[in-house]
Amino acid sequence: MAKVQIKVGMASCGLAAGAQVIYDEVKRILAEHDYGFELKHTACNGMCHVEPLIEVVTDEGSDAVYGNLESSDLLSIFDTLKAGNIEHSKLIYSNKIDAPENYLLESQTRIVLRNCGVIDPVLIDEYIAREGYSALKKALQMSGEEIIETITKSGLRGRGGAGFPTGLKWKFAYNNKSDKKYVICNADEGDPGAFMDRSVLEGDPHGIIEGMIIGAYAIGADEGYLYVRAEYPLAIKHLNIAIKQAEERGFLGDNILGTDFSFHLHIKEGAGAFVCGEETALMASVEGKRGMPNLRPPFPAESGLWQYPTNINNVETWANITWIILNGAEEFAKLGTEKSKGTKVFALAGKIRNSGLIEVPMGITLQDVIYKVGGGMKTDSPFKAVQLGGPSGGCVPASLLDTIVDYDSISQTGAIMGSGGMVVMDYETCMVDVAKFFLNFTQNESCGKCTFCRIGTKRMLEILEKITSGQGVEEDIAILETLSEKIITTSLCGLGQTAPNPVLTTLRYFRDEYEAHIIDKRCPAHVCSDLLTYHIIADKCIGCTACARVCPVNCISGEVKKPHLINQDSCIKCGSCYKACKFSAIEIR
Amino acid sequence: MSANLKEIVAKYHNKKGTLIPILQEVQRAQGFLSRETIKTISELTDIKVAEIYGVATFYSMFRLKAQGKYTIRICKGTACHVSGAKTILEALKDTLNLGPDDDTTEDNLFTILEVACLGCCSLAPVIMIEDKTYGKLTSAKIPEIIDAFKKEVNHG
Ligand SMILES: Cc1cc2nc3c(=O)[nH]c(=O)nc-3n(C[C@H](O)[C@H](O)[C@H](O)COP(=O)(O)O)c2cc1C
Ligand code: FES
Repeated sequence: MAKVQIKVGMASCGLAAGAQVIYDEVKRILAEHDYGFELKHTACNGMCHVEPLIEVVTDEGSDAVYGNLESSDLLSIFDTLKAGNIEHSKLIYSNKIDAPENYLLESQTRIVLRNCGVIDPVLIDEYIAREGYSALKKALQMSGEEIIETITKSGLRGRGGAGFPTGLKWKFAYNNKSDKKYVICNADEGDPGAFMDRSVLEGDPHGIIEGMIIGAYAIGADEGYLYVRAEYPLAIKHLNIAIKQAEERGFLGDNILGTDFSFHLHIKEGAGAFVCGEETALMASVEGKRGMPNLRPPFPAESGLWQYPTNINNVETWANITWIILNGAEEFAKLGTEKSKGTKVFALAGKIRNSGLIEVPMGITLQDVIYKVGGGMKTDSPFKAVQLGGPSGGCVPASLLDTIVDYDSISQTGAIMGSGGMVVMDYETCMVDVAKFFLNFTQNESCGKCTFCRIGTKRMLEILEKITSGQGVEEDIAILETLSEKIITTSLCGLGQTAPNPVLTTLRYFRDEYEAHIIDKRCPAHVCSDLLTYHIIADKCIGCTACARVCPVNCISGEVKKPHLINQDSCIKCGSCYKACKFSAIEIR
Repeated sequence: MSANLKEIVAKYHNKKGTLIPILQEVQRAQGFLSRETIKTISELTDIKVAEIYGVATFYSMFRLKAQGKYTIRICKGTACHVSGAKTILEALKDTLNLGPDDDTTEDNLFTILEVACLGCCSLAPVIMIEDKTYGKLTSAKIPEIIDAFKKEVNHG
């Protein structure tokens, strides 16, 4: 009989879906019964939409995922496995037999996520067993220049949003001579609706740390920081454990692996400020100050943390390094398009069926990401737009779904590649409301240094509030456009320079929705409550009085068993009657 | 209390960029940063009170007012927003008897904090009570969750 390992996915997402209960139950069953299976922890394999899940791996090479689990499913799954079978109603993926979501993994290429959901992230030996720290050994045989040359040739570009060529950035830091240099990992992941970095930090902390050690060696840095947002306690915990283990094994600290290269790594916890994801603000924050961005130049490579040359990269950028060193620049550059090489990790969320984490080669179309890998819509309402790049990005409409995933193609739509958040929206999402949502966010997070970013975003938000509450006038659109242009041109950092993007892209592709709000005083998606009216359809109303009983302002009248009527003048549009009606007799207009 | 502060500050002696970690640790120990606390930190570190206030008010994590015993973080991120975070917030306020502008319950048991994203977007809408995350919420589930949490802390 094959040796069977049961791995429970216990990243933040799994835990939120109830993975601890599943883990405890597996443990109990294995203690009480004689299955002979081994129980293991792992992080997130990206299939968040079917969590809680277990992955079953055998030494005969079978790999299967069972998802949407209840504790009561476990015994029958274990019996199936014991009998040497795989098929089960909760089977989601198998590398041996047909399973409902085999396509999900088959259309992916995993470089950054290759260990996520596979290893137990807090056991360094599991990382080492999958070639962990062999890239470091190889790199230490190379010169700094050779490493930088490899990264440059690979075509890797920064995954933190802007897409700056990583090799070039390293070269700048390398060329600045100084007896002290720093490397930083930007793990602030501020884009609301994105969780790629969290998953990698939780699921493969050593992969990031090893990448940073190699980068530090290449540019000549002896100290580094991981700046992690405070909302990610599990990531911080795993990183702390991983750093300690790497130090114990001589991968970190003084005289790494017997060489004269020394490197020390620290964790800095963020304190809740989106702008601290911007590199100069991040460094101010590490220094213990208010996280306000500074004018560049000087770039961090010349004068960064405490004025020393500093190289800062995003989590996913760092996580690509070991693979490139091990497999070579050419292998990496085979993937992707002419100007965007390798893969990109996306966090799919919103109204998409397979919400979770995916890694796809650059060059794939958005259509394929959403419909093939993402499984299409989870609601009955059709696809309306996908939001890319968070508060700095924009909404791409259905007509542009053949856009390919590559920095330049996505920029042409007015959105940005961003860090990889993809929030899918359907016809129940109001695009004016989405624009207002992001403006509210950037307005709140503006550090206040630049006038137009501080006050301009506030004025834009006020206009959007006016429009969504039915007070909009036609000139408002022009004012939004003028303000956008001013904010873009007069802001010092990327926050202000990109803050108007959500408004500009929705104006570009969904102007009719703005007009419906302004001219017809109507919200087509039925989201902006001030613009909704509730009506009772006389034909459907049987006079059960359920609506009248829940109405908090008593504005529904009518006799029992006769159609009721809503008094529009006193209705506060709370929607209680709509929810209470069992006969679909209430209509929202 | 200030003995405790002394210990915390001492841990960071001779290190660089320590103000934020000090404030984080103090807040973890005391729940919030009172005026007195900030004055003491200033005396212990030689960092000006104005500078400490500057930092404490810049970052959303720092709280200058007393908080409820347990923190409920409600996600107002993009994925949660389009999946109905607003109705979850309303249900929470309803269940906890909070007015539109209140964030802490009368019995000082709970404080609601709105946060940008909890990184569990695939389970939107999401809330976090202390360090436990609850996903795929509907407003109908909120009273149950609060009840269960209260029971758990009463027994544990
Ligand atoms: C307002 C703002 C927020 C940002 N937030 C992040 C972030 O959360 N994570 C990140 O890696 N980069 C973020 N960036 C980009 C960084 O400034 C920087 O470009 C990046 O860390 C560089 O790493 P890369 O070259 O590996 O992409 C942000 C930029 C701006 C302007
Ligand atoms: S948007 Fe709510 S958890 Fe990310």
